[in-house]
Formats: sequence, structure tokens, C-alpha cells
Amino acid sequence: MTANALPLRMKRTGDALALDGALVLLGLFLAVFIVLPLAMVALYSVYDRNDAFVGLANYAAFLDTPSLAHSIGNSLTMALVSTAITTVLAFTYAFAITRTAMPGKGVFKALAQIPILAPSLLPGISLVYLFGNQGPLRVLLMGESIYGPIGIVLGEVFYTFPHALMILTVALSTADARLYEAAESLGAGPLRRFFTITLPGARYGLISAVFVVFTLVITDFGVPKVVGGQYNVLATDVYKQVVGQQNFGMGAVVGMVLLLPAVLAFAADWIGQRKQTALLSARSVPYVPPRRPWCDRVMFALCVVIAALLVGILGTAAFASLIRYWPYDLTPTLAHYAFAEVDETGWRSYGNSLILAGLTAVAGTLIVFAGAYLVERGPAHTGIKAAVRLLAIVPLAVPGMVLGLAYIFFFNHPGNPLNALYGTMGILVLATVVHFYTVSHLTAATALKQLDAEFESVSASLKVPVWRTFFRVTVPLCLPAILDIALYFFVNAMTTVSAVVFLYAPDTKTASVAVLNMDDAGEIAGAAAMAMMIVITSAAVRLLHTGLSHGLSQRTQTWRKR
Amino acid sequence: MTVRLVIAAAASAAAVLAAASADAATKLTVYTALEPEQLAPYKKAFEADNPDITIQWVRDSTGVVTAKLLAEKANPQADVVWGLAASSLMILDQQGMLDGYAPAGLAGIKPQFRDAKDQPTWVGMDAWMAALCFNTVEAAKKNLPKPESWADLAKPVYKGQVVMPNPASSGTGFLAVSGWLQIMGEKPAWEYMDTLHDNIAVYTHSGSKPCKMAAAGEYPIGLSIEYTGAQQKTKGAPIDVILAKEGTGWDMEATAIVKGTKNPDAARKLADWASTTKAAALYTQYYAVAAVTGVTNYPANYPANAEAAMLKTNDFAWAASHRDAILAEWSKRYNAKSEPK
Repeated sequence: MTANALPLRMKRTGDALALDGALVLLGLFLAVFIVLPLAMVALYSVYDRNDAFVGLANYAAFLDTPSLAHSIGNSLTMALVSTAITTVLAFTYAFAITRTAMPGKGVFKALAQIPILAPSLLPGISLVYLFGNQGPLRVLLMGESIYGPIGIVLGEVFYTFPHALMILTVALSTADARLYEAAESLGAGPLRRFFTITLPGARYGLISAVFVVFTLVITDFGVPKVVGGQYNVLATDVYKQVVGQQNFGMGAVVGMVLLLPAVLAFAADWIGQRKQTALLSARSVPYVPPRRPWCDRVMFALCVVIAALLVGILGTAAFASLIRYWPYDLTPTLAHYAFAEVDETGWRSYGNSLILAGLTAVAGTLIVFAGAYLVERGPAHTGIKAAVRLLAIVPLAVPGMVLGLAYIFFFNHPGNPLNALYGTMGILVLATVVHFYTVSHLTAATALKQLDAEFESVSASLKVPVWRTFFRVTVPLCLPAILDIALYFFVNAMTTVSAVVFLYAPDTKTASVAVLNMDDAGEIAGAAAMAMMIVITSAAVRLLHTGLSHGLSQRTQTWRKR
Repeated sequence: MTVRLVIAAAASAAAVLAAASADAATKLTVYTALEPEQLAPYKKAFEADNPDITIQWVRDSTGVVTAKLLAEKANPQADVVWGLAASSLMILDQQGMLDGYAPAGLAGIKPQFRDAKDQPTWVGMDAWMAALCFNTVEAAKKNLPKPESWADLAKPVYKGQVVMPNPASSGTGFLAVSGWLQIMGEKPAWEYMDTLHDNIAVYTHSGSKPCKMAAAGEYPIGLSIEYTGAQQKTKGAPIDVILAKEGTGWDMEATAIVKGTKNPDAARKLADWASTTKAAALYTQYYAVAAVTGVTNYPANYPANAEAAMLKTNDFAWAASHRDAILAEWSKRYNAKSEPK
């Protein structure tokens, strides 16, 4: 007995050590690129403008602000309403894509990516063109103004939809057909099957999606800045303090307060994950959605409506970029696409964006997937895992502006050994990886959680090294999710502004910053044109992704079919 | 094999770096909030006179550039700031981040347009001011008379028709408010703003935005910047650019050398050049009022009375030292109750 068990345990211990080591490395990475910069922000929150230590005076002043209660209330209202709408829409859409036999699933999946392909300014421009005081759809608001809560909710739903969809699609795409067969043979109707199998199976994804959307809305300042009018939210309060008044101490205080949702999200993630059981055991039979004409038709109709709204918003921006002067001169023109004349860096910034997006996709996917694997499948102590998991959630709650400033404070400090990174493309890549870490991590984690732990234990008992199981079983099984993550990093790196705007150097200005600068200069049509260039690029990469996924899934995903 | 590859890569990288540093021209990192369309002509004109220096721009809106400069205080990256609001440079100066330097053309600079020190830490380039952008097409539809003064703007006929920048977010919003406080006196100015508040449809976060909204007909009147007004009108917007007859708050674009620059000689050359008549002639392609005496030019669609409309005794020091208190009062009065009604 003992003689037999011994080599097995030794083998596992060796692997466990290697995995633990890798996890510690990951922890170090997260510490240097998340914890320490944020610690600098925390430090700033106890100093005043003249670098005098003031203790908690900034916090006291913050709590004393008369408009504070309004900002908190407004932020929570916006986040709750947007989250409710986005989650319902995204779940419906994800369900239609993964669990019905409706036609055109590939097209719908691609169209759903529209918001993520576009810089955040684009929905702002479109919403004003559509629902503003000169907009053709203004009557739909029944006398209400787009500049305020309505505009914020519309913009946020558009902005967060693909983020929620990405998590929910992964959560719903894996199911064990045996459960459905058993339920059906026991006489459970479709509704009952939905509530007892589908919904619980996607619970982890749902909780993640809810918290991702909630946190994104709480921390986003792009949408409220453009269409929020005087409806104050916490994120625009940060903007006022930092950009309007250069009061870093107060800005840091609000930034710290905004971290609270991340802590909540962590708690929810932890609870959700404790209850999640593997959906896909080694003996699973993949679920293939049967034809259900009525359900397929309803779902198809819903998807058409949602996709039409997304296309409409993109189309409006395309229209804006192709006319001479909204709303007084609607002659079509291509003049705005000669944006190199308006913006000094012109095409150079576009090239920089391609480099940034490519590097971010490669580096981000490697770090995130390896990290998620270590946390979800590695043998490490649960305490370390929980710590790393918390760190992975934090970036979501850090407004890009705060992240950008944190990186200046930390990496530009002459005493920092990593100081050489400052002003390079490297720091833009790292900041972007960190900025979009959370959703990618949750996607990877969701995909990994659905794999049965038996894969590892069988490998271990067969004395197959962990790395071989990782590359031969785990990576191929998770390939769709890995490609999704790479795409997510790429397109976000193309569009991101809030952190990058503080970190770019003369040689590394990006196209997204150029969009912002052109809008700033009143070149709204030029900004829309450059935004369309970004959309087109990201869409092309998206098509490449579809082709790749399709080709690869022929080779690695056939097990999902019968 | 791999080791050799790495060495080869490192060697070629080093060669590239060496080639780059052997490049003759000094690269000067210049932080700016100039309008994007001004960057290329300004750079070209300066480099033509100084072929040994290459300008590398880092350009963003005033608030972002100021925040970036302050955040980099521990280890400044900029050599020169060329084209940033004087009020922002005063904040940097308070933090001891600027080098005093008297440029060659200092004698030709109007007294109000420079830091008063013998070795001024900043020197002005041109002035910009708060102006009204008035959309004539939308106003005709709504039967709105053309406002000529701040007093007009507060009249009930404009209820819900005016957009202005939030002074807590935008330097333009703040200079309008500080202008009213100086023109009217504190108490009447706050009473004025109480009345005006009823007419404001939206407080924006950007100073140029209200004029763009007026230009696009979103709202008929935008309190904004005269430069943006002229620019939008040139592009085809049906707007009039109005400077209120009581006088208007203004600020200026200015140049400064960042303390700790690694290229002090090149930085001084730029500071010298920025105060020349030649440079001022370039500035007045875009702005009417230059810091250099005797240079004036009214660009297309620019309001004609710009120099006369500027508040005569604009007290920047007063505005800077009272900024926190003014914004606190403003937020107390208009933030908490500025929810849509």
C-alpha cells in the first residue's frame, strides 16, 4: 500500500511546488502592478495639495461635502438600473446564442461586440445625435432630456453589454446533456428545466456578470462626462477633483471610496464560487440545443431587436463621420477621414495603437490564463488563492484615471527601480493589461471552473506531469475562452483612453487619444471618423478571431458535439 | 542557440539606441494644451529657426496636462510648457516646479502678460476669454433676442436655454465665475449666479463644449471660449460670438521652463523664440490679443471688440488664492440642487 502510494505523492509534491512558485510569481506581478501603485494613491489621500500630511482631513472634507449624498445616491441608482437592464438583455442574448437552434448565431455573436469595438466617445456622439435636442428620436424621451440619468443609463447599457455577454456566453456554453435528458425523462417541462438546470448552472457567471457591470458603471466617467449633464456621480467627482482642480488628495479619497464595490464583488465571487460545482465532468455528454420552433423564433426576434439597437448606434456615428456639418449641412463628404490634417500625429498614433493592442493581447492572455489556471486548478493553499483572487478583482474598481495617476506616482518616482519603464510602450501595455484584467480573469476562471478536477487527478495518478496535462487537456478545452480573452484585450487596447491619456509619451500617442483630442478641438466628425477606423480595425481582428476559433474548434472542440 | 539569439537581439537593440542618440538634433519634450491644429505650424516655425532642436509634443486638455505635470513632480518629464493657461502655470509655480528665466524679448511683453518676478517663471503668449456662442437659427425658432450683456443672460426669457461649463471641472467655467465676482463684487455676483442658475440647462465638464453644443443647435446659447466660437463659425455653424458688454473674465496661454530639464539650453531657446514678434504673429493667426506689444490681428469670425472687452484689472493672484473657497461656495449653491427638475 505505502510502497504504491509513495511515488505518486512525491510526483504531486514536485508539481505542487512548481505551481506554488508560479503562483507566488503571479502574486508578485499583481503586487507590483496593482497593489503598490494603489498604495501610492492611498498615500496621496492623506496629504494636501502642498504635500503636508493631513491625516484623514481629506476624508472628513469629503464626507462633509453637501453634494456627496447626491453623488452616492446617483451612482448607486445608475449602477443598479444599468445592471438590471444589461444583465437581463445579455442573459437573453447569451441564452439565444448558446441554447437555441435559431439561425444566424455567428452573426449575432459578432454584432454584440460592436460596443466594445468603439471608443467610449462614440456612443456619446451617437446618443446626442439620436436623442439630443436636434435628434430625430427625441420624441421617444417624452420631453425628458438625454443629458442626465436617461443618457447615462442608455450609454452604460451599451458600454457594458459585451462585457456581461462575454462572461454569460462562457457560462452558458458548457452544459451536461445528461442532466437535461434525465430531467426530461422525469417529466420536467422546459420552464422547470430552465430554472432547475440552466439557471443554477450559470449562477457563477451571472453573479460575476452582475458585479462586473455594477462596478464598471460605478467607476466609468466617460459616459456621465459626455451625457450626464449636471447629474453628479462619484466618477465625475473624481474628474472634477483631479482634472478640474488638480486636487490629487481629494481625488484619491473618492478613488479609495470607489474600491468598495470591488470588495463587495470579491465577497460575492467568493460565495458564488464556493457553491459552483463542475458542470463538465470527465464523463459529461455535451449539450446540443434541440430545435424548438417557438422558442427559437422568439429568441431570434429579441436578438434582432437588441442587435438593431447596437448597429443603430454605430451607424449613427458612421453617419456623423460622413456628413459635412451636423445638423445644418447634411451633404455627404469623405473630408473628415483626412484626419491626419487635423491631428498632428495622424497615422503614427494609429500605428502605435496597433502595436499596443497586439502586445496587450499576447501578454495579457498569457498572464491572465496562466494566473486563472493557478488559482482555479493549482494545489496551493486556499489563503494564497483567495488573496490572488481578490487582487484580480481590484483593477475593475479602479477608474482608469486613478490607475493612470497611480502609475505616474509609482513608476515615475526616481527611487523606483522600474523607473525606466515610464514613458515607454511597455508601461502602456502593462497599464492596459491591468486595467482589463478582471473581466478576462473571470472569463478564464469561469471556463476553468467548468472542467472537472478529475482531469488533474487522473493525470497525476497516471504520472503525467502537470504541464503536459495543462497543454494537452486544459488549454485545448479552454481554447474558445482563451481566444475570447485575447480578442477582448486587443479591442480594449484599441479603444482605451482614461489611463493611457496620463501615460503616453510623444512617441507612444495612441489613436484613441487622437479621437479624444479631435473631439476636444471641436472636430466631432473627425473624431467620429477616427473612431470608425478603430471600429473597422477591431472588427477585422474580430473576423480573424472567428475564423481562427472556427478552424481550431474543428480540431479541439469536437468533443462538445455528439 | 537561444543564448546567441538573445545576444544578437540585444546587440542590435543597442545599435539602434546608439544610432538614435547619435542623432544630431536635441529632442525637446514640450507639454501643451494648444489646439491640435496649432501644433504643426508652431513646431514648423520654431524648428525652421532652430534646426538643431526637435519638438516632441505631449498635448491634452488644460486640466489633464496640468494634472500630468503635477503628478510627475517627483521626476519631471517635460522640458518646456508651451501653451498652457497661466492660471495652471501659477499652480506649478507655487509648487516650485518652474525655472525663472527672462527671455530675450521680455521687454516687449505687456506688463499684465508676464509673471512679475525679474526672472519670470512664466511669460504669456496670447489671451483667451469667456464668450457667448449664440445660435441664430435656433434662437429664431424660439424667438429669443440676442443677449448683449451678462445681465441679459440672466433674464427669464432664456430659462433652460443656456449651457455653461462647471467651474469645478473647467478653467473656462472658473474664469467666467471669477470674472463676475471681480466685475460685480462678491455679493451681487452670487445673486446674479442664483438667477442665472435658473436659465442653465446643462453644466458641462469641458470649457469648449457649450459652444460646440450651441453650434450644433443642442441649446441656443453656450457660455464658452471666444476662440472656439470663431472656429465653429468658420466651419459653418450659424452662431454669433458675443463678448458681454460689462467686460469678461480672461486667461492667457503662456510659456514656462520646467525645473530640472535635461536640455536647459534648448529650453531657453524655445522660451526666447516664444516671446518674439514672429511668434506673436503666429499666435494671432488664432487669437486676437497677443502678449507682445503692437501685434494684433483679428482672425476670421473673431469678435471685433476682444481687447476692449477684457476685464481691465484681472487679478489672477486673487482668483488663484480664492479658488477653493469660490468653488466650495459654487458647489454648495448649485451642485446639490442642480438635479434635473
